[in-house]
Amino acid sequence: MAPGMLSASILVILLASGVVRAAVTPVTIQELKQRYQQGGDTVYVVNFWATWCRPCVKELPHFDSLQRAHQAMRPVRVLLVSVDDPKDREKVAKFLAARSYAPQSYIVSDGNPSKWIDAVDTTWSGAIPATLFVRNNGKHRRFVEEEFSYQHLEQTFLRFCKDTQ
Amino acid sequence: MTRTITSIALAALFAAFALPITIVGGADLPDGVRVGDLAPEFRLKNVDGSIVALSQTFANQKGAIVVFTCNHCPYSVKYEDRIIELHDTFGPQGYPVVAINPNDPIVQPEDSFEGMVERAKEKGFKFPYVFDESQKTALSYGARRTPHVFVLSKQKKGFVVEYIGAIDDNPNDQAAVSATYVANAVRALIAGQKVEPTFTKAIGCTIKWKKS
Repeated sequence: MAPGMLSASILVILLASGVVRAAVTPVTIQELKQRYQQGGDTVYVVNFWATWCRPCVKELPHFDSLQRAHQAMRPVRVLLVSVDDPKDREKVAKFLAARSYAPQSYIVSDGNPSKWIDAVDTTWSGAIPATLFVRNNGKHRRFVEEEFSYQHLEQTFLRFCKDTQ
Repeated sequence: MTRTITSIALAALFAAFALPITIVGGADLPDGVRVGDLAPEFRLKNVDGSIVALSQTFANQKGAIVVFTCNHCPYSVKYEDRIIELHDTFGPQGYPVVAINPNDPIVQPEDSFEGMVERAKEKGFKFPYVFDESQKTALSYGARRTPHVFVLSKQKKGFVVEYIGAIDDNPNDQAAVSATYVANAVRALIAGQKVEPTFTKAIGCTIKWKKS
């Protein structure tokens, strides 16, 4: 058995046994912004979702697929940012562990959303799902407040990559 | 004259949306009303079968608390008891609640009219729960999520938008709320004081727009 396969098998066993939980890092919106504002030409795809939001849960696999399909070809970083109640971090971790998504996961630790929704994008009403495409240290950005099919997500992503080169 | 122009503009807006175009997301939606604007009229079917019209049903009130909400959205459900409280507190003071479901039941079957009738009965809503089947009311107000609140006051020229936004600052835990935005706005209006803040944002569910 190849070492990669072996470690993958071990990971699957650990995940199934609940020993390893997918990491969900608490993050403030300021920290999140710092991350993509220092990201150079990496394309950040930041998806805002919650475990209670059905359209969000439905489209999460598309973000996982986007990262997997494109990471070898260009610098791309998908970030899954949960806006669940910060107290539900464990629940979010369990939810993600059961799905083994590739992108890094965060949970917003700030309080009152009315104070931070505009910091993400002033056109955001606060409805989820919502996705921010950002590149070149924040110089280029596109905010989309809607649910994606995989095809539409990939098209939007490729168009953004092309427009911001 | 101004009102005629506004009516024509609104009619044109609705005509535009009557065309077979697909509303895909936030960026393509009209902005809707701002604080200080006249509140758009609506005539919508209530769960009891009656028609609720802003200018007629609330003619003898001082204002209204218009809440875009629905059956399925977990955030709307979290706020249901608080919406009932708002009506119990402010209805007798001239600011009743009217709840409007703007969702397309084809996209979200739980938000059907039958589902609304059932929910209103279960929760014992004492306020109208009306169905915005054409979605024109949500578009004219600029509602984007559920729940999304518009507090109106009645003035000589009609109902005026006084506050747009969230019910309060903590959907998850009512006990931990520090700012009761809607209640504060209505109390300020009753006291003849300035509403502050007049605009807030909140996390919520997207409105389920018709697919074509």
